[in-house]
Amino acid sequence: MELNIDRERVARCRELASAIVAPVEAFIAAHSTVSVERAVLRLLGVDGVTPDEVPIPNAIVDSLPDHERRRGVALAFGKALAETGLEPAALGEALGLRRCALEQFTHAPEGAARGALGPHVEAALRRIEAQREERARAMARLPQLPPPLLYVIVASGNIYEDRSAAVAAAEAGAQVIAVIRSTGQSLLDFVPFGPTTEGFGGTYATQANFAIMRAALDEAGERLGRYVMLTNYASGLCMPEIAAMAAIERLDMLLNDSMYGILFRDINMKRTFVDQHFSRMLNAYSGIIINTGEDNYLTTADAVDQAPAVLASQFINEEFAHRAGLPDDQIGLGDAYEINPDLEDSFLYQVAQAQLAREIFPHAALKYMPPTKHMTGDVFKGHLIDAMFNLTSVMTGQSIHLCGMLTEAIHTPFLGDRALALENARYIMSTARHLGDEIVLRPGGTIERRASDVLAASESLLRRVSETGLMAAIQSATFADVSRSPDGGRGFEGVFARADGYFNPFEDALRFAVAS
Amino acid sequence: MSKIVRPYGDTQDDGKIQLSFTLPVEWSEAADEAARQLAGKMGFNDVQVVDGRPIATGFSFFVVYASTREGVDVEGIAAPSAGGHAMSMEEVDAYVAEHVGRKIRVAGACIGTDAHTVGIDAILNMKGYKGDYGLERYRMFEAFNLGSQVAPEELVRYTKEHGIDALLASQVVTQKGSDIKNFTRLSELLEAEGLRDRVVLICGGPRVTNRLAGELGYDAGFGRGTLPSAVAAFIAVTLAERLRPRVGAR
Repeated sequence: MELNIDRERVARCRELASAIVAPVEAFIAAHSTVSVERAVLRLLGVDGVTPDEVPIPNAIVDSLPDHERRRGVALAFGKALAETGLEPAALGEALGLRRCALEQFTHAPEGAARGALGPHVEAALRRIEAQREERARAMARLPQLPPPLLYVIVASGNIYEDRSAAVAAAEAGAQVIAVIRSTGQSLLDFVPFGPTTEGFGGTYATQANFAIMRAALDEAGERLGRYVMLTNYASGLCMPEIAAMAAIERLDMLLNDSMYGILFRDINMKRTFVDQHFSRMLNAYSGIIINTGEDNYLTTADAVDQAPAVLASQFINEEFAHRAGLPDDQIGLGDAYEINPDLEDSFLYQVAQAQLAREIFPHAALKYMPPTKHMTGDVFKGHLIDAMFNLTSVMTGQSIHLCGMLTEAIHTPFLGDRALALENARYIMSTARHLGDEIVLRPGGTIERRASDVLAASESLLRRVSETGLMAAIQSATFADVSRSPDGGRGFEGVFARADGYFNPFEDALRFAVAS
Repeated sequence: MSKIVRPYGDTQDDGKIQLSFTLPVEWSEAADEAARQLAGKMGFNDVQVVDGRPIATGFSFFVVYASTREGVDVEGIAAPSAGGHAMSMEEVDAYVAEHVGRKIRVAGACIGTDAHTVGIDAILNMKGYKGDYGLERYRMFEAFNLGSQVAPEELVRYTKEHGIDALLASQVVTQKGSDIKNFTRLSELLEAEGLRDRVVLICGGPRVTNRLAGELGYDAGFGRGTLPSAVAAFIAVTLAERLRPRVGAR
């Protein structure tokens, strides 16, 4: 199946995306955030909480006076390493218990600070590299089933219940497990600590929870003879820290969108742009596939109208991702099956959009999201709509397929709901495995015309954005009908300009590693 | 007069129902029998386990048909609906112009940590839902959509500062009763601030019913499939009724 799309128009869209992202990248290079700095500490091995339950990385970064912070936490921390001779974890603990404070350590010259950091930066990168190699070995030994990868969510609030649900889902055919976060975690300006058993609509993302789930899925993978991937969410105020934790604990995918937090969580845009960049550099190095959040445009507004915005956002996300060093096969651009089922020929529109993305981003790990907006309490109809979604996905060669639940509008999925969803997907994808190869789309037909219209509208949208600039475009509600101001939203106070001599040892090392 | 009804399969009063559920046991013939006995204990007769199969290690899924002798008297049941004032957008605007005489200020949000704005957006945003325009489009409404994850405290402060006439609180996530807690918190805060009688207080969400809203001290509750015009009409009529005695007292 192939659309006859205007390749020159696609090239123009990419040029526009590049023109849109370039000025934002200049802003990113001149700034850092509290979450970037906390990620630096976490990568060095700082973890745990203070006696008042403040995560130690937060306590350390918050203790820095402004002029120190603007040079990066690594310098101040490196001086303390040099003067105390402690390991980063032990120094972090001492600082967390207020046995000492960073301001005491000002004597060591900068060279000594960098020297003291060096081996720990090396060790952190080697640790991530080892996880990446471990994944590659495991996937060679335990090959996955043919794409699309079937992806389901678990969301009980209790990591131990999630573990049972995840293993059961893997046995029923799931190849990717996402642990949905507790609602509201994206707005926390810290990462909770330790295993958690209480959450709302999901389970907190903590490093301990990552490790518990990773171990369970590794064990299930060995038993089933196929590697089971683990996913979490690096959206919100802690993108870089979640990316660091995910790299260390060998997650395989992370939700990581360049604009989602801004539009749908009212997180400050400058904060998000800086955070997404460093987190994506880490994702690139750790071999983590990012998933972008274009599906959200479709759930909050009309899916037919929003199609050009989805495509424009995919171009922008791709450009940001490339600039952070992510290769195409680690870029999971999002889309969703959200057109009103009452609309005649809605299936044709869905196929047009999905096939368009496949052809414009041929090597991307496209992520296809299931119907949610038009799902009701009618589980029977819901199961049918999900089947049409499954068919679209296999016909158009999507890479990552989030299985739709027949109980979508009712509750977070039951164990049995997940099994039914996986059965539905496995059946449709097996019965229609090569349907896409057999189809020739009618030139000038509904599908081709729709795809062409969406591409053209997407180009004009990108042109408008490139003329006003991305930040101004977001302010004037160009995306998802939502307006956000450059200095408004959550987390703005955590963004700061880098001073001369700003130092982030991981940024330098990652840039070098990704380039080579 | 009473009218007793039972589930209908293909014959009056056959009482046929269908169940599906998961049991945390390895599948076997004995697991099917366990499912059958469980349905029996629920009070069902003629239990047939039409499908039983393993869905994971230690879990089995069942589809069961059975019949019940129970019935309900449908004559004795009332489920009050808040959507009783059917008016189009133009009619609502005309009604407000005549009976309220000024624009109605409406604020809405997804409260607590809930981030699912589909419902509140459908009611407030210009585009509306199923071809029925949202409140932002109404000439006689000034609508403020505060978005997702708004604390009840913030919504109350906003109400006070902006002279809001009607408040819409939306909740989609219901895990562990978080929706009820948030709705209750909002209504208590309004009481404490002395604002409760000044606003038309409405809750909404896929699991919300007008009956639930009444129990929580709200003026109305709107569930799945609600059209914006139904909410607009309710606000207009309720507010007009509240203003009427005051007009008369002058």
